[in-house]
Amino acid sequence: MRYARPATAAEAVTLLGQQAGIVRVLGGGTDLLVQMRSGMIEPDLVVDIKHIPGINEIRAEAGGFRVGAAVSGAALGDHAGVCALWPGVAEGFQLIGSTQVQGRATMAGNLCNASPAGDAVPALVAAEAVARIEGPEGARDCPVAAIPAGPGRTTLKKGEFISSILLPARPERASDAYLRFIPRTEMDIAVASCAVSLVLDSAGTITVARVALGAVAPTVVLVEAGASALVGSKAGVPALAALAAAASAACAPIDDKRGTIEFRTEVAGVLARRAAETAYARAGGRK
Amino acid sequence: MKSLQVSTTINGDAAEFLCAPDETLLDVLRNRLGLTGAKEGCGTGDCGACSVMLNGRLVCSCLVLGAEAEGAEIATIEGLAEGDVLHPLQQAFIDHAALQCGVCTPGILVAAKALLDRDPDPSDEALRYWLAGNLCRCTGYDKIIAAVQAAAAEMRGARDVA
Ligand SMILES: Cc1cc2nc3c(=O)[nH]c(=O)nc-3n(C[C@H](O)[C@H](O)[C@H](O)COP(=O)(O)OP(=O)(O)OC[C@H]3O[C@@H](n4cnc5c(N)ncnc54)[C@H](O)[C@@H]3O)c2cc1C
Ligand code: FES
Ligand code: FES
Repeated sequence: MRYARPATAAEAVTLLGQQAGIVRVLGGGTDLLVQMRSGMIEPDLVVDIKHIPGINEIRAEAGGFRVGAAVSGAALGDHAGVCALWPGVAEGFQLIGSTQVQGRATMAGNLCNASPAGDAVPALVAAEAVARIEGPEGARDCPVAAIPAGPGRTTLKKGEFISSILLPARPERASDAYLRFIPRTEMDIAVASCAVSLVLDSAGTITVARVALGAVAPTVVLVEAGASALVGSKAGVPALAALAAAASAACAPIDDKRGTIEFRTEVAGVLARRAAETAYARAGGRK
Repeated sequence: MKSLQVSTTINGDAAEFLCAPDETLLDVLRNRLGLTGAKEGCGTGDCGACSVMLNGRLVCSCLVLGAEAEGAEIATIEGLAEGDVLHPLQQAFIDHAALQCGVCTPGILVAAKALLDRDPDPSDEALRYWLAGNLCRCTGYDKIIAAVQAAAAEMRGARDVA
């Protein structure tokens, strides 16, 4: 294996594009090093992107925030601006692992590792976050939702990597929330999860909603019927019940040692309802 | 595999080493630099026995490549005491019998110091969440929490006097 530490995005793209065999970007390494140790992969080249200028920074941009691909969960959690504007994104990302894992883990790594249970992904999808991708043809922007292709697979092409993720601006009276179910209270993998992002009008009526589920299908699921159930409501009981039903209906989960198909389907609905209530309250809505 | 030459700073002192590109920082510390305080419990980020500070953040050194230490600032358990004088956390762990086999202890001390540097007066709950990635198979944790709180109180007192 070779280790490379490019000083620019262009150099990283060249390295990633030219090396034959197995090439991996190194972000925080909290998935990659575990996979290397277990013998799951033996890369020919590892490209450490953390020394590309700006990649460790969070910058205000057009009313939102551009989060560099190497920003750790701990660094994001220390950023009051992001935590206030997108609390659901911050809580999803910060649920990953322990304090030690937070010191290294990145959102881009969580996304590109492409586990169906990645905790940062549903809230990014609900937020309509956009990944900036550097590649042989230059930079391009891609909705986060279009990056996972299936367990362990992304739509990134040879030579491409994510350099930052844009969390967009949002109007007043808007917020989000993320919830996962795990059998214990810390350090576990989501059995089912849900992110909800809402915008309210001055009367507290929901005008925009996005609902995304994790761990209940090969990739994150955007539940449009769940969002429609919320729009026009004040997150009252009938709207929440319709949301829960839509979320459960959107599930295509697997059976495994952590949860059965029936359990995941049921819990996804419950989490959707609760995440919507939290997002609604955070957005300033009162019933 | 070609060895890499790495220059870094460990506990404030310049350090240089050669390592393989896929060698972890934990293996470098233990096998090449003789800093055996950090332990390998799992090698997969689950137990926290290998905790060190990397550029001011608490990390598992088993999930860091040695090569990544180039130009970085690393702090390990070996830098906690000042000469022969134990850090208040170390002394409190002895006074409160907060260790048995001691394998988890270096990692827990490094992690606890990282918390107290950010928050000198954490609640028990905040402390337990902070240390959730440090597993201990011996103590049952309560004595660890008591020891860290005792050290925190002492460190707050020392600061008030100063
Ligand atoms: C103890 C422990 C607990 C964990 N708990 C959780 C949890 O609760 N929830 C959860 O979702 N995950 C968890 N994880 C998994 C992991 O920490 C997360 O997926 C993390 O976000 C990965 O980020 P990273 O920067 O460390 O990724 P890396 O390991 O650096 O990379 C992961 C993958 O993405 C690729 N990659 C990384 N960055 C980029 C980029 N910028 N562009 C293109 N490709 C890239 C890599 O090549 C690799 O294939 C846990 C891991 C450990 C060790
Ligand atoms: S040895 Fe690193 S976390 Fe267990
Ligand atoms: S004292 Fe033995 S593992 Fe903690």
